[in-house]
Amino acid sequence: MSEKDMNSKVNEMLARSEANVKNSGKKFVRPEDEEREVVAPDGSIIKVNPIYDYFSGARPEEEKPRNGIVEKFLNWARAESIWVLGFGTGCGSIEIPPLVTPRFDMFRFGVQMRPTPRQSNAFIISGYLSVKTLKRVIRTYEQMPSPKYVLALGSCTINGGMYYDSYSTINRLDHYIPVDVYIAGCMPRPEALLAGFAKLKELIKAGKAEKANEYARNFDWYKANQKKIVKDWNMPDYNW
Amino acid sequence: MNEILDKIKQKYNAEDVTIQRERLAFVTVSKNLAIDAVTWLRDYEGFSHFVMMSCVDWMEDGKFQLLYLLHNPETKIDLGVKTYIDRENSVMESAHHLWKQVWTYQRELREAFGIDFPGSPRIEENFVLEGWEDIPHMRREFNTKEYSENTYFPRPGRETYDPATYMQQKLYPNQPVTAKRKDNDK
Repeated sequence: MSEKDMNSKVNEMLARSEANVKNSGKKFVRPEDEEREVVAPDGSIIKVNPIYDYFSGARPEEEKPRNGIVEKFLNWARAESIWVLGFGTGCGSIEIPPLVTPRFDMFRFGVQMRPTPRQSNAFIISGYLSVKTLKRVIRTYEQMPSPKYVLALGSCTINGGMYYDSYSTINRLDHYIPVDVYIAGCMPRPEALLAGFAKLKELIKAGKAEKANEYARNFDWYKANQKKIVKDWNMPDYNW
Repeated sequence: MNEILDKIKQKYNAEDVTIQRERLAFVTVSKNLAIDAVTWLRDYEGFSHFVMMSCVDWMEDGKFQLLYLLHNPETKIDLGVKTYIDRENSVMESAHHLWKQVWTYQRELREAFGIDFPGSPRIEENFVLEGWEDIPHMRREFNTKEYSENTYFPRPGRETYDPATYMQQKLYPNQPVTAKRKDNDK
């Protein structure tokens, strides 16, 4: 891509972001996100607009698979480097630490943990998900680089599990973020998680783990579902 | 124990005295005197430790019952001071000046039951839920199952079985079912 193309793309993104901020009013702008002036260490005054400066206004984009053997090679490579985000949402997160011990040892399958969404491509939703956590999950999921995969652990993510009638936990995770592999059980043992990883690798190698693209394709539907339950939507629409 | 109960009966017209066990008792005091009684217990009777505060919803009587549970570290006595407030106009005098941890309890009660404590610090802030728009979720007229069904896309095909009946059918399919289901709500 030439520099000119790049610049025009960035301008387009900024314009779209500006339109989003205008259309949605000031509703989601928290005090710390408001436009303001700050004093730099050298005494000069800098204008800061966190909505533009910190967040991207671009919608997620679909990435077309490459041709034939190239995509196969890429998928093979992807399947062998699954980097899991260390983010526990429910009771299932207690099943993840044993995987890092010699007894279960997920490193032998090329799976390892990372502390930040920027460096990981697999997200384990471990158990029940309250609306409050879902908001954080959405932000985190959108920060992860594509291709990214979601493993839903436990019955709570499938149909609400034992919390199906709770006012604060969601019933079906796949209405809010796309799910690649479900691991059923309450709670699934670490072996089940390893089986889930094996299944995920199988899917990636077969080129079927394209849920990040699905998210980009049905972005409006997902956003509508998310906003239906996250009532105080105080984050930018297209984050990061 | 009896000494303190006699005193509070005399001083604050405490009714409905329940001695649960040797060192745990509950008294009911009228709404106007409740905070006075709690203050008196703290300052003069050595109930310096605030254990917790909670609420019971007596929907049929149109009342909320508030409980202030106090502990005396000297005599190891726990004393619960109960009081009834109106359910429709649920406002209670704040006790935030007595213990700091009361702030949090009062924030919780406001979010869960909609009880207002005027003057309590940070009472307007969200406690656990964010952006809750329905009626307070711990009020008994709030139907959590209905709310969940209307809000969270229930997955069709969910069924509930009585474990005893189900196992009998699985293990002995040719025999009539003798196990009886106890609860009928699905």
